Amino acid sequence: MLPNLDLEVVGASLPFLWTGLLFSLKLTLVAMSGGIVCGTLLALARLSSIAPLRNAAAAYVNTLRAIPLVMVILWFFLVIPLLTGKPVGAENSALITFTLFEAAFYGEIMRAGIQSVPRGQVAAARALGLTYAQSMRHVVLPQAFRNMLPLLLTQTIILFQDTSLVYAIGAKDLLKAAEVTGKNYNRPVEMYVFVALIYFAICFALSRLVRRLQARVAIVR
Amino acid sequence: MISICGVSKWYGPTRVLDDCSTEVAKGDVVVVCGPSGSGKSTLIKCVNGLEAVQRGEVIVDGVVVTAPKTDLNRLRARVGMVFQHFELFPHLSVADNLTLGQIKVLGRSRDEAIARGLKMLDRVGLAAHRDKFPAQLSGGQQQRVAIARALSMDPVCMLFDEPTSALDPEMISEVLDVMVALAEEGMTMMCVTHEMGFARRVADRVIFMDQGRIVEDCAKESFFGAPRSERAQQFLAKILQH
Repeated sequence: MLPNLDLEVVGASLPFLWTGLLFSLKLTLVAMSGGIVCGTLLALARLSSIAPLRNAAAAYVNTLRAIPLVMVILWFFLVIPLLTGKPVGAENSALITFTLFEAAFYGEIMRAGIQSVPRGQVAAARALGLTYAQSMRHVVLPQAFRNMLPLLLTQTIILFQDTSLVYAIGAKDLLKAAEVTGKNYNRPVEMYVFVALIYFAICFALSRLVRRLQARVAIVR
Repeated sequence: MISICGVSKWYGPTRVLDDCSTEVAKGDVVVVCGPSGSGKSTLIKCVNGLEAVQRGEVIVDGVVVTAPKTDLNRLRARVGMVFQHFELFPHLSVADNLTLGQIKVLGRSRDEAIARGLKMLDRVGLAAHRDKFPAQLSGGQQQRVAIARALSMDPVCMLFDEPTSALDPEMISEVLDVMVALAEEGMTMMCVTHEMGFARRVADRVIFMDQGRIVEDCAKESFFGAPRSERAQQFLAKILQH
């Protein structure tokens, strides 16, 4: 089916692929941590009693969730230099875009998480004299985060796969590295098969981890 | 200590509290009873401002709860509250449940908070369980920890919102024992409960509510002796039948 596979190409391109993989992982980790922090703020805004805040957060989330990620990546990359007058670079552009985009998704997960905490917990926290912020910080968010940990990680697996979309703006991620080396050695099939295996190995390992976590972190009520 | 004056509250068009007025003097134990939906839980939650009221005034230990400028967090730190479903924080150990409010609200040091918390835990007979998590305790034990958590804040009065309604029968008495001891030590208490045995034993007054109104507010003896309202008579006849 795949005649004349040249595995030496794979060996020769490993250092270059490694650099690409590191960027993919960096992008995943930055977008995950930034996305969870911003997403949690978005979730709090969406559940706020202040209508303008609630509406603004809802508009943000609903807009970003309705646009394909690859278009957001392209737009941000093309529009920001026009507005600011200087290029931000493909890598920085990718880091910022992914953080902003993923915040909408992590935000919805955190919103569900916050709503999964019984209202009585807030009442008990407030009855002790804790402020709204303290109730969230010490009582609601830790429980919400724990309840949602498997979902947050699942979202991160999707995020890791989506990082390959940055090839559209020429950022040097794992897929781009495979494409470049594939062209250099004129062996694209070997390279695409090999990176597919890397993506598979990482995502498969992570989803097994999610399954184990699901059993372990559930708070017994 | 607690003064409720002409309090009314609506949820949309539904009036859940209708011109309620009563007083709880320092050291008094007042039991609030009545059929479900009569507004008793709502009334008790107005005392520490967990529920806002649209009309009327609530004053606790000289602080006007219903005034818009009142620092409700400071007031709540001085008013202990115990809930029907315990509401211990499930992600924190018993010790951390006892110290969270003391450290974050009262600004006590960790050692001070632990010392105070453990003293209260010992008082409810659960000192051995300090490192457990709420889910590892029985319902009765959880409710006793919840009482200890409230007492750790050194409250000037205690509110109980159906503290035994979610408990199995054999666990009710261990919680009531703690409450009786508390009452006998002179704690000011307002208790929403259907435990008429408890009311008979320690209450100074009984308030009977129906459809958002305080129908009966009298000394325990006259309530159990001869309630004036027909509604209270029917209610008593039903719950004392068994």
